Amino acid sequence: MLTALLVMSALALLLGAVLGFSAIKFKVEGNPLVDKIDAILPQTQCGQCSYPGCKPYATAIAAGEADINRCPPGGEEGIRKLAELLGRDFIPFGEDTAAPKPKSVAFIDENICIGCTLCIQACPVDAIAGAAKQMHTIIESECTGCELCVAPCPVDCISMVVIRENISTWKFQYPAAAVATANKMNIKSSQI
Amino acid sequence: MRKLYHFNGGVHPPTHKTESTQTPIAQAGLPSRLVVPLHQHAGSTAKPTVQVGDRVLKGQLFGMPQGSVSSAVHAPTSGTVTAIDMQVVAHSSGLADLCVTLLPDGRDEWAPRVSTNYLSTPPEELRLLLRLSGVVGLGGAVFPSDLKLRPGKHKVTTLVVNGAECEPYITCDDMLMRERAGEIVRGAEMMRYMLDADEVLIGIEDNKSEAIAAMQKAVSENNFSRMEVVTVPTIYPGGGAKQLIRVLTGIEVAAGVRSTDLGVQCFNVATAYSAHRAIEHGEPLISRIVTVTGNVQHAQNFEVLIGTPVNELVALAGAKPDTNGHIMGGPMMGVPLPSDHVTVTKATNCIIESSPALFPPPLPEMPCIRCTRCVEVCPADLQPQDLYWFAKSKNFGKAQEFSLFDCIECGSCSYVCPSSIPLVQYYRFAKSEIWANEREKEAANLARERHEFHLMRIERDKQDKAEKLAQKEKAALAAKAAAAAQPGTDAAAIDTLRAQVREIAHPDAGLNKE
Repeated sequence: MLTALLVMSALALLLGAVLGFSAIKFKVEGNPLVDKIDAILPQTQCGQCSYPGCKPYATAIAAGEADINRCPPGGEEGIRKLAELLGRDFIPFGEDTAAPKPKSVAFIDENICIGCTLCIQACPVDAIAGAAKQMHTIIESECTGCELCVAPCPVDCISMVVIRENISTWKFQYPAAAVATANKMNIKSSQI
Repeated sequence: MRKLYHFNGGVHPPTHKTESTQTPIAQAGLPSRLVVPLHQHAGSTAKPTVQVGDRVLKGQLFGMPQGSVSSAVHAPTSGTVTAIDMQVVAHSSGLADLCVTLLPDGRDEWAPRVSTNYLSTPPEELRLLLRLSGVVGLGGAVFPSDLKLRPGKHKVTTLVVNGAECEPYITCDDMLMRERAGEIVRGAEMMRYMLDADEVLIGIEDNKSEAIAAMQKAVSENNFSRMEVVTVPTIYPGGGAKQLIRVLTGIEVAAGVRSTDLGVQCFNVATAYSAHRAIEHGEPLISRIVTVTGNVQHAQNFEVLIGTPVNELVALAGAKPDTNGHIMGGPMMGVPLPSDHVTVTKATNCIIESSPALFPPPLPEMPCIRCTRCVEVCPADLQPQDLYWFAKSKNFGKAQEFSLFDCIECGSCSYVCPSSIPLVQYYRFAKSEIWANEREKEAANLARERHEFHLMRIERDKQDKAEKLAQKEKAALAAKAAAAAQPGTDAAAIDTLRAQVREIAHPDAGLNKE
């Protein structure tokens, strides 16, 4: 009786020590779910979700404070991916969320720009080059199209230009004749 | 007799090659205008080096290669540049791309040409010469040849020269081998020298007996002891680079693996010919052989200047009135042209005029019955019916797991499909979606990185300011303490002290002065 008790408590102590040690040794910094959600978000940092960037929105989703349908740049595809990751149902965009727009980049009319640097301060990805009283310009390849620079401009010289498809970004279309059947199939596969 | 290997699958569509091999290669001559795209190769667009209104000579540079994967573009004849703008090009998208328009002056006057002795030139310089001569793979991939001739980590033992030309209707390589075998084998020998390969295997399908004879004669005349013409069985797609490498050497090249890492490199015969023209004669790649066939009066091969409008080229062969479309490439892998006003590029090996009688409209697509005939013919040993299933349901991750990128889009599966499913169209759709997703992912990663840096920078600036402020406060306090310890200091010291006290009371005003 006593031996059994001793053995059991020794085992409990040992396993407890191992668990305690590994809890310290293999501690996961931060919430890994936040990073997974952040990887799905489009990183425009536009704040259309009412959070100050993609990471804060991801944190809010992970904490269950925000719905998954608040990111217009991610599109419905983004909602679908989030729903899949979090094991939730797909929900369409809410009425208070802006509709998704075609991908675009900001363009500064350099003749009008007065060099006030307000847009530089607003840009979340530092994609605007310029200095006080100097002409500013957008680094096109780094612009996420968040539109945050448009509102602060005192002379309204920033406009959003839709990115046109060119030969290197052109995509093959879904074989047209099959679209009707495919739609039927989607219904079937969601029923299964 | 060399031991040949074989690959699984393949089909035997009607070849239709005899129509266009009855007469020798004809010169297409000068068209009314030449529209030369600056992006006719894999990689980045060449940078224009001419301006509107410039008079240029034949072979003069139009576009300079930009970036590591790129190639040069040249003037196909002498004349005047009339436009550098966006024009619809021979591409299945039907979109416009940057082109140089040249109005020929009819004199066809060459820019100075320099012949290079390849044996006394280091391979590095020869590669640069090929890059600046715009030599790219003429088998269809238009990949810059200089990059394929760069020695990798592994020694290239075998250079495969591809004269198989398995696709129906196309005979441009066949005719080139019949008529210009000597230049092809000398070009192949130059490539062998640059790669320092042990042997050169020229693979030709057994339905081209005249080409085989001409090439064998050329090899023995030039005494190239390390070169051999190998007859391979006729089967589609036996002329695919991976399939030909498999048949000749037994090596299988997977997707994403470079054949050089396995000791093999493969070039088309027309590429070897162009390399010879560039090195021996100093002539850049400004023309190529194009088969014009299908619904025409006299199907024939033409030597065509790059930039020649398709309608002017087809007129030489006499298009029949019931022509309803133009296919660039063969019937298996070719793409329909957006119009006949587009121009011939380095990738144009064949123009097939189609008619309802030759190519009847495809039957309506029916459901897949899982008969697996596509599996039997797939030369890449894939499961086309599964890939179709995943591509159709847009399950791209799964499609990649089933080796979608090993698919060479040869069209054998679509050819045998009893439900007439356009399988290759589904694979192309899935591939381009995956590429687009990857581009988006890259852009998102860049934006994330830059946003994180942006936040870090703002935080750092804030801390710097706070630190400066703290230091100033400390200095002010120290000065005050010193002043208190020494009573009876002069008026100047009191003034500085007052200023410092003011700064402590209004730190913002002090900062703004900076």
